Amino acid sequence: MLLLEDVHTHYGKIEALHGVSVEVNQGEIVSLIGANGAGKTTLLMTVCGTPQASAGRVLLEDRDITRLPTSEIMRSGIAIVPEGRRVFPGLTVEENLYMGGFFNNRTQNEQGIRHVYDLFPRLKEREHQRAGTMSGGEQQMLAIGRALMSKPRLMILDEPSLGLAPLVIKQIFEIIAQLRDEGITVFLVEQNAHQALQLADRGYVLETGRIRLQDTGANLLANPDVQAAYLGG
Amino acid sequence: MVAQNFRHALFCALITLIIAWPIMGLKLTAVGTEITVVGASAFTWIAVALAAVIVFLFQLFRDKVMVGLGAVTILDRLADREPLPDEKRLRLENIGLVLLIAVALIWPFFVSRGAVDLATLVLIYIMLALGLNVVVGLAGLLDLGYVAFYAVGAYTFALLSNYWGASFWMALPIGALLAALFGLVLGFPVLRLRGDYLAIVTLGFGEIIRILLNNWTSVTGGPNGIGGIPDPTLFGMEFGRRVKEEGNTSFHETFGIAYSSEHKVIFLYLIALVLAIFTAFVIRRLMRMPVGRSWEALREDEIAARSLGLSRTGVKLSAFTIGAFFAGFAGTVFASKQGFISPESFVFLESAIILAIVVLGGMGSQLGVILAAIAVTILPELAREFSEYRMLIFGAAMVLMMVWRPQGLLPMRRRHIKLKAGG
Repeated sequence: MLLLEDVHTHYGKIEALHGVSVEVNQGEIVSLIGANGAGKTTLLMTVCGTPQASAGRVLLEDRDITRLPTSEIMRSGIAIVPEGRRVFPGLTVEENLYMGGFFNNRTQNEQGIRHVYDLFPRLKEREHQRAGTMSGGEQQMLAIGRALMSKPRLMILDEPSLGLAPLVIKQIFEIIAQLRDEGITVFLVEQNAHQALQLADRGYVLETGRIRLQDTGANLLANPDVQAAYLGG
Repeated sequence: MVAQNFRHALFCALITLIIAWPIMGLKLTAVGTEITVVGASAFTWIAVALAAVIVFLFQLFRDKVMVGLGAVTILDRLADREPLPDEKRLRLENIGLVLLIAVALIWPFFVSRGAVDLATLVLIYIMLALGLNVVVGLAGLLDLGYVAFYAVGAYTFALLSNYWGASFWMALPIGALLAALFGLVLGFPVLRLRGDYLAIVTLGFGEIIRILLNNWTSVTGGPNGIGGIPDPTLFGMEFGRRVKEEGNTSFHETFGIAYSSEHKVIFLYLIALVLAIFTAFVIRRLMRMPVGRSWEALREDEIAARSLGLSRTGVKLSAFTIGAFFAGFAGTVFASKQGFISPESFVFLESAIILAIVVLGGMGSQLGVILAAIAVTILPELAREFSEYRMLIFGAAMVLMMVWRPQGLLPMRRRHIKLKAGG
């Protein structure tokens, strides 16, 4: 589904990713964990084409997207829930969702919105409310819902648990599992290593721009190094 | 609270005295070839002192006065009222619009020539403000050089008529399209800029156009401007006393009525009215189309908008181009109304006034912007009796306005998109 081959990314002269290879297969949930500044978000941004990889290849469904402009990448079956949610605060919930399905036709959007409201009944209640006035958890639901509107085959989530209450985090992770059951491949980037690995089929550990470990989610959870570094011993 | 304000109030009163004393209290009078400084009359001194006392009292009881201002909520009720049911609202809106347009069509025949002329100017500003509203209010791109596109429209008509004898109707679309092209060209270099940086580059662009017009004497006539710009014709009928161009007929002879110079003014007003309505209508449609929503999305959160596959380039360029297009429209009408244009008409102050209209009206709100355009254009005219204090009153009105309604006259209300989601 998504394949990164020896990807290097630079911010100016500074190299943030030193040859990263990651594979996400159809129907999997793959988690990428790592400390602050390890390059997790950079890796996601490279997939999206801002900044573009300076070396290596990014393949989406066997198509080379390394040099495509961001807008084109984001229209080819991939959707991202950006870090910090980034809903449009002044637009209503409904309009936010509508923006997610910007390139779809009306019937597709009607279906999509119904589907999102089924997943998140809370959003239906808030339909005409401005997104900026909602709680963090509701905004995260909206961000996921908005990403779903484009009917993606691959969904990338950047730190969906950031700044949320434990109960809400649990709910969000349940939804992510449900998305996989619907056939959407999920690439999850998290600092909340415990929950992310529990959910994941496979996981990667990123450290200072390099992949340090890769294994199934369960094995990584049991790995003493991972436990010491990310799970508090 | 009053005690806290005391020092501040004293300070403000002192500043008033310091500023007012040399400006009002000292007069330069020419005595023969010399200029002497004379003190003003006692009355002026009393007035200055009185002003200082008023400033002192206002600052002292500032909080109470402001609360009083806030209590004026007539417009709030307009803005915050419950939305009417859709059908009823649509019907009311339609009736209101038809009535408004009917009145706008009829009234010029009953008022003075000066009033119609002023109304034409108001309509030109409405077109400009609606166009800038797309760029600033909807797409959130602060453009301080908007007047450049206005100038492009006006000069296109002037040059076309001067060198090739083009008529108003030929120049209108060309002027608008050329302005749009300039918008597109300006859009490219500023794509990566936001906020303050964008404002400065657009400001520079506005100045470049003006300076170019000023210095390219061989083509534009430089500071002398271009005169003799023809008036619009109605199906080949001219509005002058005598027909100027071969093959045209004159309006009053065709209809067998007495010649009146008012016909031309009214006709120009009607053209401006039609174009202003066209502008409002087109932009209103665009706002509800996907492109309008993409402008708003980009204003709200650029990263999120891009993550949804919107192309930053396309969205920004479309906003710039469409905004510039309508400025070109307004410019052509302006050139035709004045009959003479020079770079003087396209200074930075014009950009600032158009921007002030958009901000005063409430960014993104069409009705608000139209109301503000009317207010901002008519206010200085009404205050003409105060001669040199005219701009002072204008400034005071703006300050008061921003204290009273910082979000603008009629802030934009979110209209819900109707989707038959609940099936």
